[in-house]
Amino acid sequence: MTINHTISVLVSNEVGVLSRIVDLFSGRGYNIESLTVAPALDSVYSRVTIVTPADNDVIEQICKQLNRLIPVIKVANLSIGEAIEYEIGLLKVYVSDENRAEFMNIVAQAEAMIMDVNDKTYTVKIDGDEKKVQTFAELVRPYGIKEFVRSGKVAITKGNQFSNIKTLVKQD
Amino acid sequence: MNKIMYSGAEILLKSLQKEGVEEIFGYPGGVVLPLYDALYLQDDIKHYLVRHEQAAVHAAEGYARVSGKPGVAIVTSGPGACNTITGLANAYYDGTPLILITGQVNSKLIGGDAFQEADIVGITRSCCKHNYLVKDVKDLARVVKEAFYIATTGKRGPVVIDIPVDVFNAKYTFNYPKNIELVGYNPNYKGHPLQIQKALETLFESKRPVIISGGGVVASNASKELKEIATKLHIPVVHTLMGAGTYPDNLETSLGMMGMHGNYCANLTVANADVIFAIGTRFSDRITGCLNKFARDAQVIHVDIDPCSISKNVKASIPIVGDIKNVLTTMLSQLSKSHHKVNLELKDKWFNDILEWKKKVAIPQKMSDKLSAITVLEAIYEYTKKDEPIVSTEVGQHQMWTAQNFKFNQPRKLITSGGLGTMGFGFPAAMGACVASKKGYVLNIAGDGSIQMNIQELMTCVDYKFKVINCIINNGYLGMVRQWQEKIYNKHYSQTKISSPDFVKLAESYGALGIRVEKEEEIIPALKKAIEFNGPVLIDFICENFEMVYPWVLAGQPIDKVLLSRGEC
Ligand SMILES: Cc1ncc(C[n+]2csc(CCOP(=O)(O)OP(=O)(O)O)c2C)c(N)n1
Ligand SMILES: [Mg+2]
Repeated sequence: MTINHTISVLVSNEVGVLSRIVDLFSGRGYNIESLTVAPALDSVYSRVTIVTPADNDVIEQICKQLNRLIPVIKVANLSIGEAIEYEIGLLKVYVSDENRAEFMNIVAQAEAMIMDVNDKTYTVKIDGDEKKVQTFAELVRPYGIKEFVRSGKVAITKGNQFSNIKTLVKQD
Repeated sequence: MNKIMYSGAEILLKSLQKEGVEEIFGYPGGVVLPLYDALYLQDDIKHYLVRHEQAAVHAAEGYARVSGKPGVAIVTSGPGACNTITGLANAYYDGTPLILITGQVNSKLIGGDAFQEADIVGITRSCCKHNYLVKDVKDLARVVKEAFYIATTGKRGPVVIDIPVDVFNAKYTFNYPKNIELVGYNPNYKGHPLQIQKALETLFESKRPVIISGGGVVASNASKELKEIATKLHIPVVHTLMGAGTYPDNLETSLGMMGMHGNYCANLTVANADVIFAIGTRFSDRITGCLNKFARDAQVIHVDIDPCSISKNVKASIPIVGDIKNVLTTMLSQLSKSHHKVNLELKDKWFNDILEWKKKVAIPQKMSDKLSAITVLEAIYEYTKKDEPIVSTEVGQHQMWTAQNFKFNQPRKLITSGGLGTMGFGFPAAMGACVASKKGYVLNIAGDGSIQMNIQELMTCVDYKFKVINCIINNGYLGMVRQWQEKIYNKHYSQTKISSPDFVKLAESYGALGIRVEKEEEIIPALKKAIEFNGPVLIDFICENFEMVYPWVLAGQPIDKVLLSRGEC
């Protein structure tokens, strides 16, 4: 069964590492639903979070293929265990005067935040899991969304599971 | 601390020497001038000048496959580097350890569309195991060290090092690193002992076991262990094209090659097995045929160094990730402590079935007065077998006939393009094989189409007196494609009839020996003359145009649906 998997990939922060990952997906016909990259706490590493639709056999191959890349240090499929997932949506919405009160009500209910206002548009931030961001966007859609920007997902394991780095030095 | 300063070019050569490199293949150009100057000023590394960069990489691959050591090639930027892509892809697919050094434009000009600039790191990303762009001479020695380590460990493969001209010229001290720090690269050598134990028990309990031996057994030098396991457990062995010679063909338990053009017996044994012990094979579609019908009722034990190969195509019931030699050695030591006994009665029944299948072979068809390619290859094999020559092939019908008719009792004797199926591979690979083996001659079994893809290398062979005997199976067609057209496309021979030059005159104009053979009685005298000649030879065997390769399992069919002659469908 094809479902969205969230894969967290720890990589060495070197030139071209993102291209290697993206090329692997395109070259082998895997899809990328979303992708985020940022340096890890120790900036010699980066964390890449990829959401990809795949069935069980394919996700197994994706994880193995990612592991095969030399700068990839650790691959974790977070959908298998329990994980905390988070994303941000930024929306620019056209709101007419007569709709303003109703719109503000939705924003308050959804715990979204107004980031910028001018005479025609409101720029709103919504954060939370994918579903929350999506639902909010659907709710305000009738008012007229001018622009919708999503961060893509970041995720972390719950509890005290974690992705550690083992440094291995090979002797001659 | 060593305070002498060296140029990047010198540092590269010194690093290669530290890796034990003695011979390299290459072709010069603008940005590698400093490197070629450094080469000129030393005697430790011998450079072979080819006539096309693709051939340099194939030659390096032939060298690596014969010697077991990584092959090295050097080319210039832009066009030189672009010409290597097929060679890289071939080596990547077949898991051959290679180092390709490509020159690059000045690092300050990269990205500005400089003369002969190509983004070779970008272009090669998907056809090599790893690649580097060295922007600082300080990194050079470390990168070479890492490149060799990556190329020769895990599933082996080509590694590209792209070096800008200013890095070749920059000065730095030389200290070859002792250690390697690659946090993200830890190939797994030792198979899990419990998995190995489970595999062993499964094999003991099996009624109809078979071993499939693939190219991984060659890479891991595990033929001896394979033979011991197969003998002790009474298991018949089939091999893939890449596994030729891993299990001696002269043993009765060797069932020969399986797959699309494999033996009837080998394919039926695999199709009817209850346990398949797959060692160092990727289960390519040329082996499995229709995947849904492959090994449906069998348990599959799969050993491979590359986790990606396991359960990619065929689901493994017992996966074992590890180096084959290591895994088989562990299995043998578990076996020696085991109280299990092989049930010989059961095995006898299985071997009786196999004997029955062995009786069914392809039926040769005499079509005209011209030479049969199969007759030619049988004669070549019989005449040369006492010398146990290295045999390379191009790609096509002649390749399959070679795999079917030559018997190999040792690994590293058949050098052929498996995964990529590259026409034009065999001839340059044979040159590399010559350099690696240093003695005797190398046979390249070629097609009239394939030989024309890298024919220019005749000059290289003449220059260095490489004893490559090219046996051209000249059937006037791109035969393998024609074969499919005959069977599947209503004999529409669209663009597969191919003309050739007068190969005898061509050979002579290069300074090589050319011989034409049109009759059976001319075969042996031609071979005799070729072997005695101190240099490259082209033998043009004028063969029947419409001979077919059988056995044949049509693409997408289950592997036990084996056609043995034209009459069947
Ligand atoms: C570089 C390359 N181009 C095209 C092919 C497709 N192809 C596979 S076999 C073959 C025919 C080879 O003809 P020849 O060398 O004459 O060998 P034969 O099959 O006649 O023995 C072709 C064109 C290939 N394998 N490699
Ligand atoms: Mg031909």
